[in-house]
Amino acid sequence: MIGWTGCILRVNLSEGTIKKEALARSDARLYLGGRGLGTKIMMDEVDPRVDPLSPENKLIFMTGPLTGTMAASPGRYMVIAKAPLTGTIGCANSGGHFGPELKFAGYDGIIFEGKADQPVYLWIDDDKVELRPAGHLWGKNVFETTDKLLEETREDARVACIGPAGEKGVLFATVMNDKNRAAGRTGMGAVMGAKNLKAVVVRGSKSVEVADPEKFLEVCTEARRKLKAHPVTGEGLPTYGTGVLVNILNQMGALPTRNWRDGGIFEHAENISGEALVEKYLIRNKGCFGCSIGCGRLTKIPEGKFKSFGEGPEYEAEWSYGAACGVGDLAAICQANFICNELGLDPITMGATIACAMEMYEKGILSKEEVGRELNFGDAEAIVELTRMTGMRDGFGDQLALGSYRLAEKWGHSELSMSVKKQEMPAYDARGVQGMGLSYATSNRGGCHVRGYMTSVEVLGIPEKLDPLVTDEKAGWLKIFQDLTAVFDSAGICLFTSFALGLPDLAGMLRAAVGWGCTDEEILRIGERIWNLERLFNIRAGFTKADDTLPPRLLEEPLPSGPARGKVNQLEVMLKEYYVVRGWNEDGVPTEEKMAELSLR
Amino acid sequence: MLSPEKCIGCRTCEIVCSFNKIKAFNPKNARVSVLMYDEAAISVPMMCMQCEDPSCMKVCPTGAIAKRADGMVAIEEKRCIGCKLCVSACPLGNITFSPTEKKVVKCDLCNGEPKCAEFCPSGAIEFKEAAPSTIRRKKVIAERFKELFGEVSE
Repeated sequence: MIGWTGCILRVNLSEGTIKKEALARSDARLYLGGRGLGTKIMMDEVDPRVDPLSPENKLIFMTGPLTGTMAASPGRYMVIAKAPLTGTIGCANSGGHFGPELKFAGYDGIIFEGKADQPVYLWIDDDKVELRPAGHLWGKNVFETTDKLLEETREDARVACIGPAGEKGVLFATVMNDKNRAAGRTGMGAVMGAKNLKAVVVRGSKSVEVADPEKFLEVCTEARRKLKAHPVTGEGLPTYGTGVLVNILNQMGALPTRNWRDGGIFEHAENISGEALVEKYLIRNKGCFGCSIGCGRLTKIPEGKFKSFGEGPEYEAEWSYGAACGVGDLAAICQANFICNELGLDPITMGATIACAMEMYEKGILSKEEVGRELNFGDAEAIVELTRMTGMRDGFGDQLALGSYRLAEKWGHSELSMSVKKQEMPAYDARGVQGMGLSYATSNRGGCHVRGYMTSVEVLGIPEKLDPLVTDEKAGWLKIFQDLTAVFDSAGICLFTSFALGLPDLAGMLRAAVGWGCTDEEILRIGERIWNLERLFNIRAGFTKADDTLPPRLLEEPLPSGPARGKVNQLEVMLKEYYVVRGWNEDGVPTEEKMAELSLR
Repeated sequence: MLSPEKCIGCRTCEIVCSFNKIKAFNPKNARVSVLMYDEAAISVPMMCMQCEDPSCMKVCPTGAIAKRADGMVAIEEKRCIGCKLCVSACPLGNITFSPTEKKVVKCDLCNGEPKCAEFCPSGAIEFKEAAPSTIRRKKVIAERFKELFGEVSE
């Protein structure tokens, strides 16, 4: 096959068997790859009501048809499983070099089934694929594991692995690849750990081909030119990284502060911004495979009690450990983020869970004895120490390891968890950016910004500027963002390219790569199909309209200051409109007509 | 001209190089490769440096490698017997045997329009004469290595 390699690996960990299967062309046509194809396989093969940490759940690594080519930022792969943090379909996207290497080895993806008796890792060297014992790696962190595996396989191989957090079932554990890149959200690392699968190591020497090389070169060259010329992808992200958003959101009064309790203006925002990171600690930029943006940060804290070296932090971590915990010390935020990489933790949920614990402590719900230390907002040492304790499930870290919802619920105060479907929301206050609230409430993997990034249209004015404080037009725009994002993800290219590239660019690259004669609209329809399939998975898993909601704080407590002063999120208005726009019934269930239209019946 | 201090390690050069040569994407077939040193926080794109006194040329038993008037070190395919002595002789490891193409390959500057330089997003690979300012850049790199080795010896 062209674009795709046409081969999928099926590894049964219980039986220790490895099979090579042909990629189903009809599914690839309907779901592309990555997130779409992974979800389709989950829907066909796994009962959505399954316990996410049981052997009956499957864990799927999947690339897209553009992964490993010269398309715009083509380094992505996704990890798909039923998610332990949310109970929804889980899918986490990562860059680096692992995904392309899997394709160079000749595989579009890997389906892991069952559970190994003992820790194992999968070693893929082109056609040669084997399960190897990993007992000697169990307990090792991400960096040690990666180095050791490169030593015992080949130094030009690529490693995706879990750290102690994944082994110990931290519900927001990540799958880490190339040491510092994370398939970050919803706890895919915990699923991997529950299967006793420590790592996947891959080395490939084959070629990825495209259907029309000349046309492909032409459209990719143009796409790369657009990325260079755009202020966000050509200047903002390369210069300041994603952290460029800190000051922007703060000025809008939508940077959630102290567990979203104190409104959207953080007094130390400037100190934790992307600009400050460049000025104080940035060593150089780092790009994922084939990426012309290079938003990655290599960072070093040269001295002091937070002396450390690593990658990141991203905007979301600058916020979660910074504004959300009331911490203005960038060095501490960096170190906490590095520990997330080292132990395999999602820094959004980690920081936000600590923030929730801080509010519980200040309210007197959690005592000093329970936590093992004082835990007031602004405590820089606490974010570092508690991150390490959570990754190792030491002491109070064992409670944090379940995320903020389960923590707060255990103490009878679930309203203090700033989460949707038990996953923590990221760094955009939905009272100041109304459409983001609808995006969180309807996201198929719980509180999340990369399923429909309304910030683009409400804050950055891309592709046009909407008023962030009103609900008008938000439902229609969100549907387009959600559907288009599903195509970007499933194609195997980075979502950040969507700041500069639209549907025609993406469709042009896809058509030239796989040789389709389809229209742009048909390609967007793939995204809508994927979105509805994810929704159906969640409905069968037991989710209902009642779960499409936001924490009471966002619906009832008005923002105290800033441009959005006095605002709550008007979710109800938008949600009603959204179901209509989606062609779903008033309970948020896709209608028979909609499913037939999308070939889901 | 190479500026490792600008390299972001994205390997765009590798994929566009392979695409230009074999019309498919395969870093193992690229005439350029990026070496990454995580601890030193540095990535170095490596390719044929078109040496003034090329070792590959000296060892070639059939005289298939020549230094052209324009400065490029070129392999004459007709004469090459695939013995790979040049691969062993290159002190930089910048000639390789391509298993896909079944021949010895090295950077040929894409006939004067190197694709790696055209697509490099960070300016780490440029196609131009080295200027005096290179001294300043070398110092930057030297500092990095000094830091790295300094830490190791600590």
